[in-house]
Amino acid sequence: MSIIQVEDVSMRFNLAQEKTETLKEYTVKLLKHQLFFNEFYALRDISFKIEPGESVALIGRNGSGKSTMLKLIAGVMYPTTGSVTVNGEIAPLIELGAGFDLDLTARENVFLNGAVLGHDRAYMQEHFQNIIDFAELWDFVDVPVKNYSSGMIARLGFSIATEVRADILACDEILSVGDFMFQQKCHQRMEQMLSGGTTLLFVSHDINQVKQLCKRAIWIDHGHLRGDGPAEEVCNAYVAAMERGE
Amino acid sequence: MQKSTGQLHNSWHNFSKYRPLIRELVTRDLKVKYRRSVLGYMWSILNPLLMMLLQTLVFSYMFRFDIPNFPLYLICGNTLFNFFNESTNMGMGSVLGNASLIKKVYVPKFIFPISRVVSSFVNLLFSLAAILLVMLITRSPFYWTILLVWAPLLLLLAFCCGMAVLLSALAVYFRDLQYLYGILTMAWMYATPLFYPISALPPFMVPVIKLNPLYHYINCMRCLVMYGTLPGPNTWIACVGSAVVMMGVGLAAFRKLQRNFILYL
Repeated sequence: MSIIQVEDVSMRFNLAQEKTETLKEYTVKLLKHQLFFNEFYALRDISFKIEPGESVALIGRNGSGKSTMLKLIAGVMYPTTGSVTVNGEIAPLIELGAGFDLDLTARENVFLNGAVLGHDRAYMQEHFQNIIDFAELWDFVDVPVKNYSSGMIARLGFSIATEVRADILACDEILSVGDFMFQQKCHQRMEQMLSGGTTLLFVSHDINQVKQLCKRAIWIDHGHLRGDGPAEEVCNAYVAAMERGE
Repeated sequence: MQKSTGQLHNSWHNFSKYRPLIRELVTRDLKVKYRRSVLGYMWSILNPLLMMLLQTLVFSYMFRFDIPNFPLYLICGNTLFNFFNESTNMGMGSVLGNASLIKKVYVPKFIFPISRVVSSFVNLLFSLAAILLVMLITRSPFYWTILLVWAPLLLLLAFCCGMAVLLSALAVYFRDLQYLYGILTMAWMYATPLFYPISALPPFMVPVIKLNPLYHYINCMRCLVMYGTLPGPNTWIACVGSAVVMMGVGLAAFRKLQRNFILYL
């Protein structure tokens, strides 16, 4: 059984709708029939399947719809038409430290963030040691997170999301944070998870990173599926298209 | 197993899986609330006491109503009304306030308003100490009925949960609600017999006030704490009925509206 199944997914955003925030604007636009103008399809009729244990990259230019795709898979958004089926636990690495409360300490945030991912206190207690070890934050474990640097927050976020068990790891351009040493560690951890059977879904512009981590790549261009196959092949086609100036 | 479309999530499974999250969010709220204040949780007791003292002075010397043990009468009503006011207000902004999280991680969204209401409820439990203190100071007799006080409190909790869930969903679509609601609660406060007895109203107003669910919760509380009587069946029906209806309406509306939250956050 596929672990992720995406069938004929289209995602429509209403550009005008997003600006309508007050009752007055809403009424005015309703009267002028402007409410439902400016439809924008971020994704159109995308279908693919991902099997357990695969490492798949979503590539494409800025605004091509790859992050939208990742959010649909993570269950953050619902597609306008079509369906997304996921058979497993997702650890979302969409933005590191998204669930942190800046007034709380690292220790308290580990439990809060764990709960956001659906894990209880006892489970997080078991993994607490490893999480702080990996993030190398023992010196600051009882300091409020608002005093952390952005690199430290990212380290803690990555450490929590990858320490807890998950069937799917969904990453969105996160390895660009942290210093060189930590990036190396992250790569190692991800490769380790891959060999342990975790499915990896990776969004990036960095073609070298993609080739290094993923075996398969899916190329999304202006919301359409443009390529799906071995990472090497799809990446080369993508680079060639960019060079042609498309 | 998780499905984004087609089938609806199994709500109960979701609820039990994310129960630790409610606990963590409540702990967070309580920790952050009084962090860095010198007296900390004491404020949950001190605040209603000071408020009651002030209002007792105002209403004993400026506008007089003949109510026996006015301080206790006041604090019973105020404690419940403040809980209602605080929990629904905070609950209303909770989905908007957690937008950054909702945009990035899948979390059942009703958790946010519910956890805010539960935090306020914990606060309310602290405030009960203030009521006890007032009873001791005013030498008010203790009746056995005070042991039943959990009933109106839990029913009010359910009512506020429903209300907060509803408001939090509506506020996503119409942000003006946040400003409008302040006025609404003000009107609601005057329509609730907090510092006046219902008998002081002209007769035609009485049935109107009885449409106000908060009147029944507060009345029930006062019967149990102050008068040592069991409230009549009408009061119980009103309390249970409004809690059930509010929960039902709130959850149903939230379920329908939450699908498109992300497009408006």
